[in-house]
Amino acid sequence: MSEIFSPISVPAAKPAQAASEGAATRGVLIGISVTFLALFLVLPLFAVFTQAFSKGIGAFLDAFREPDAWSAIRLTLTVAVIAVPFNVVFGLAASWAIAKFEFPGKALLITLIDLPFSVSPVVSGMIYVLLFGSQGLFGSWLIDHGIQILFALPGIVLATVFVTFPFVARELIPLMQEQGTAEEEAALTLGASGLHVFRTVTLPNIRWGLLYSVLLCNARAMGEFGAVSVVSGHIRGLTNTIPLHVEILYNEYNFVASFAVASLLAVLALITLVLKSFLEWRFAGELAHGRAH
Amino acid sequence: MVETPRPRRTFRRPSVIPGFGISFGYTLTCLGLIVLLPLAGLVVKASGLGLSGIWDVATDPRVASALRISFGVSAIAALVASTFGFLVAWVLTRYRFPGRKLVDAAVDLPFALPTAVAGIALASLYAPDGLVGAPLARLGIQVAYTPIGIFIAMVFIGLPFAVRTVQPLIAEIDKEIEEASATLGATRIATLTKVVLPPLIPAVLTGFALAFARGVGEYGSIIFIAGNLPYVSEIAPLLIVIKLSEFDYGGAAAIATIMLGISFLTLLAINLIQAWSRRRFGYV
Repeated sequence: MSEIFSPISVPAAKPAQAASEGAATRGVLIGISVTFLALFLVLPLFAVFTQAFSKGIGAFLDAFREPDAWSAIRLTLTVAVIAVPFNVVFGLAASWAIAKFEFPGKALLITLIDLPFSVSPVVSGMIYVLLFGSQGLFGSWLIDHGIQILFALPGIVLATVFVTFPFVARELIPLMQEQGTAEEEAALTLGASGLHVFRTVTLPNIRWGLLYSVLLCNARAMGEFGAVSVVSGHIRGLTNTIPLHVEILYNEYNFVASFAVASLLAVLALITLVLKSFLEWRFAGELAHGRAH
Repeated sequence: MVETPRPRRTFRRPSVIPGFGISFGYTLTCLGLIVLLPLAGLVVKASGLGLSGIWDVATDPRVASALRISFGVSAIAALVASTFGFLVAWVLTRYRFPGRKLVDAAVDLPFALPTAVAGIALASLYAPDGLVGAPLARLGIQVAYTPIGIFIAMVFIGLPFAVRTVQPLIAEIDKEIEEASATLGATRIATLTKVVLPPLIPAVLTGFALAFARGVGEYGSIIFIAGNLPYVSEIAPLLIVIKLSEFDYGGAAAIATIMLGISFLTLLAINLIQAWSRRRFGYV
């Protein structure tokens, strides 16, 4: 240690080295991490595409010549088109109420909004079966009035909305809280109407956070399996979403078609990840705190 | 006599910003109809069974075995996920190497990839004739259709939770403390174990709890690789699905209540850890 105190040596050199791991240790740790991630995370993604194309491009395309595949794609898009905007409106309302005002019980309200994230997907679907199933709470009333919720579009939308419920709100609440109310108050004092302030002051401030949360919400809405599987009834060509179609094909040992359809969802996941990373990199300061890394 | 106007007591603090009534009302309505009412339906159904009814379901051998498998395997998987998750978070935050950003983005893959897709991919990889399953089979290790398969799927879905909870805290560590420790003559190992790691323990525990809770409830990525043999590789969420398809709503509600109860205790533990951490270290 004596060289630290010698005037000729560079004093910072020794502590800086001792404050980190040696080059060899670094190399080993990086190697272990990258290998682990490659094996556990990237290999499954790779497997989706290799399996999808294992019998050639013709067999891959055959999977999309089936009308059932198209009806699954249509249903998934329909569900996302309803569920995502619903959660955007809810997220905007919730974050406006929670971030711009002070009232008691706020922490409890945020916890309740987050609740769906800690419920198992299967249970998320089950609660609607308990309500609307033929043996459920409202089951006989619904049958008497000829209303179909379970094993139909409304049930699938409800289950999807439930599992994606917190996405937009939990991104926008901290973001709006960080931004405070000063800008809105200034605009209001200058005579702008409330709606005008929201459109021209608040919305531009949260647009990247909103886009970020919509991306994640949409990925989950299109990919949800457990909750939707419980409420869908698996009626081919009618109530099968893309993930359920993947399951049915797989269980029929139609592996190539199953992985071909699954590759659609894998591409969606990749696009989501790329856009998400781009937003985190480019607009780190305009996303909720703690997301930037 | 002039009465001085008393300030009106209001639910919320007065503000010039408009729209509280409508946004708050809409929030409560949506929350009530979509989240709270359906969950209350579950509570009603479960309370209809009573504690003894739930106990009867929980002690049914097949249910008990499924719960044991779900919670037991998830605990081991969460342990592995949080160990490697910590290492990955450390490497990604502290070291610079080519492709670091790409590796960092890949950590979120299990969040983005639909569980059913992950499920069939893992099943095909670890099947006895699969890319990873075949070499393992030659060593006499069967992964697919055993609890090891469940373990693999749970590590997959739990990993991002473990990484993302510790990563921001590692980034916030003040390097000067480490340098001070080194200057005072501590070896690197001593600095890590005595200075760097202790404040990170709460975050690691939180990551563990999140990965554990996610593993217990997970369905899509597990059922394909698990093979779902009763008493061997059947998980609790699958048993709920089976009971629902048999119209045994009571049995399904009982299993769900037990799972929610244990998940609630896990969440409570996280909050206690975080409260303790705030007192002890000043941050979560």
